[in-house]
Amino acid sequence: MSDGGRPRIFLVDDHAMFRAGVRAELGTAVDVVGEADEADAAVELINERLPDVVLLDVHLPGGGGQAVLRGVLPHHPEVRFLALSVSDAPEDVIAVIRAGARGYVTKTISGVELMAAVQRVAAGDAVFSPRLAGFVLDAFAGSRTLGSATGDPELDQLSPREREVLRLIARGYTYKEVAKDLGISAKTVESHVSSVLRKLQLSTRHELTRWATDRRLV
Amino acid sequence: MPEAPAPPPIPEPSRGGERDRWRHESWAGPAGWRGHGHRGRRHHRLRGPIRRSRQTRVVAGVCGGVAEATGIDVTLVRIGFVLLSLGSGVGILVYALAWLLLPLEGESTTILSRAASDRRGIRLVLAVVPVLVLVQVVAGALHLGYLGSFSWPVFLAAAGAILIRRNASEAERVWINDDLLPMLHTDVDRRGRWALTIRISVGVALGLGGLLVLILGHPTGAALRPIAGSLLVVGAIVVVFGPWWLSLARDLIAERQARALAEERAQMAAHVHDSVLQTLALIQRSADDPQHVVRLARAQERELRSWLFDGRLPGTIGDEAATLTGGLDVLQRQVEADHGITVNVVVVGECQLSEGVRALIDAAREATVNAAKWSGAPQVSIYAEVESDTVAIYVRDRGRGFDPGAVPDDRQGIARSIRARMDRFGGSVAIRSAPGDGAEVGLSLPLDRSVR
Repeated sequence: MSDGGRPRIFLVDDHAMFRAGVRAELGTAVDVVGEADEADAAVELINERLPDVVLLDVHLPGGGGQAVLRGVLPHHPEVRFLALSVSDAPEDVIAVIRAGARGYVTKTISGVELMAAVQRVAAGDAVFSPRLAGFVLDAFAGSRTLGSATGDPELDQLSPREREVLRLIARGYTYKEVAKDLGISAKTVESHVSSVLRKLQLSTRHELTRWATDRRLV
Repeated sequence: MPEAPAPPPIPEPSRGGERDRWRHESWAGPAGWRGHGHRGRRHHRLRGPIRRSRQTRVVAGVCGGVAEATGIDVTLVRIGFVLLSLGSGVGILVYALAWLLLPLEGESTTILSRAASDRRGIRLVLAVVPVLVLVQVVAGALHLGYLGSFSWPVFLAAAGAILIRRNASEAERVWINDDLLPMLHTDVDRRGRWALTIRISVGVALGLGGLLVLILGHPTGAALRPIAGSLLVVGAIVVVFGPWWLSLARDLIAERQARALAEERAQMAAHVHDSVLQTLALIQRSADDPQHVVRLARAQERELRSWLFDGRLPGTIGDEAATLTGGLDVLQRQVEADHGITVNVVVVGECQLSEGVRALIDAAREATVNAAKWSGAPQVSIYAEVESDTVAIYVRDRGRGFDPGAVPDDRQGIARSIRARMDRFGGSVAIRSAPGDGAEVGLSLPLDRSVR
């Protein structure tokens, strides 16, 4: 993060109106270093300017948000992505997360909350919307799925504590409120969420791979 | 019996209080979680040790307790006990022992454990022993073997009755005095005393006659003897206890009708609140927008008509949804359309809409509408989760919040619609809110596996 804590932001969205809206909402708290309205241009510009955080629209001409993630992360893993979408469909959300996004929020999010999410992602933490927390609880529900290929049991289920944290996030609690409710520090909450994110990206649970397979990403 | 046990002083809790289905913890209280939180949800379905049931009982709740602990239908258990009693009387003995040895639901000590420290009761029992000995001696002298063996169960029953009556808990004692003792109809008024005397005399005469026929009999008509004797004994029982049975049946029917009426009224109040009163409140709030007012009034009229003439309840999830997710979808659409706020719904798991789950969704709708109207927050979050044995819904807003302790108990919205709806299906409600800190309503419903 450069410039005295002001994260450098890159906006990828095919709606100019929305980009303008985000710019206005985030205002001077961030440094917007570029914009793009389709995948190829976004990959080129991001690899050139190396922002701290990319606000990435899930639905994008030229291959969608996943195309951008695939074009940037192998070369510059330090760039962090926060997915933004109007869609709440699990296949969209899970797909971008598994492709490497560090969080997901809906476009209805308020400016203040978006700013908090950007800062969290910039600091290397994960950002879960209530909706995403719900998906993850659903996907990891029940015992380990049979027939998962890698067979790393650690990755294929959530710990009880992670479950509790996700449940509260799904109920609309902020990290701070989660920490207070469970009597743990906010840092611990963040590390639980990051660990869930890792499982979400690496697990081979059927419920997760199904969505990715449907989109021919695997 | 040389001395009748003095009845202990009885406080005056209302009899119905113990069986009151409408009792819930009061709404008022300190801020913070109340009721069952999601942590305590698991003990709903647990089948623990046998306890005598408070609700399902005719005499002491033993059959009800056995039925609850084993899952066998209570009627079958009762039939079993009656058959055992008719056969050899062993059923009665087992029942009396169970009464002594099983704690009442919600109590930790048994009557027997309390009786062990009841010196006066034990002295009373010991005082009956000489009577037993006397009877045994007389029976032995007169070679009446039947009388000798018959006096044992009578003695045990008397001893048991003394200990039970003296050591039953308050609630049970009230019930014994009010329901069991009037069986004998000893406290009827002057006019009824004659009838009582005649009734008992006839009963005793018939009973003795029956017993005599059974025991001694005539050498002739040997085949008819048992039948005639049994008939006489049965006749005696009917004459003595008949009027009590009739009055008991009458009371039972009246009580059932009153309860059905109260339940219907509560449901009606909840529905009227959900529809008509909600709309009236909305109309008041949008008094400066005539078009909106007209639209609201029209919609309400349609809904009310469909309720009155088609029997479709307003403010409930109709047939348009069959699952929890579907029902919450309907809720989301309706509340967003009616109140102009955003409702975010997150569902984990899925289940079919049973009557209980419908009530749960209706309660959640009520909570959502409340938040839409009073919290001032632009959006409300609903989180629903289906677990193996419960469904829970949390309705959360980030509005102005309130002090749960300051809401009057009789506020319709919360007291009736939400809590009563949940109570009817064994669910629970917990509210967390503080001024300036938003509010969250947690609803939890035990899930019947058979409807999943």
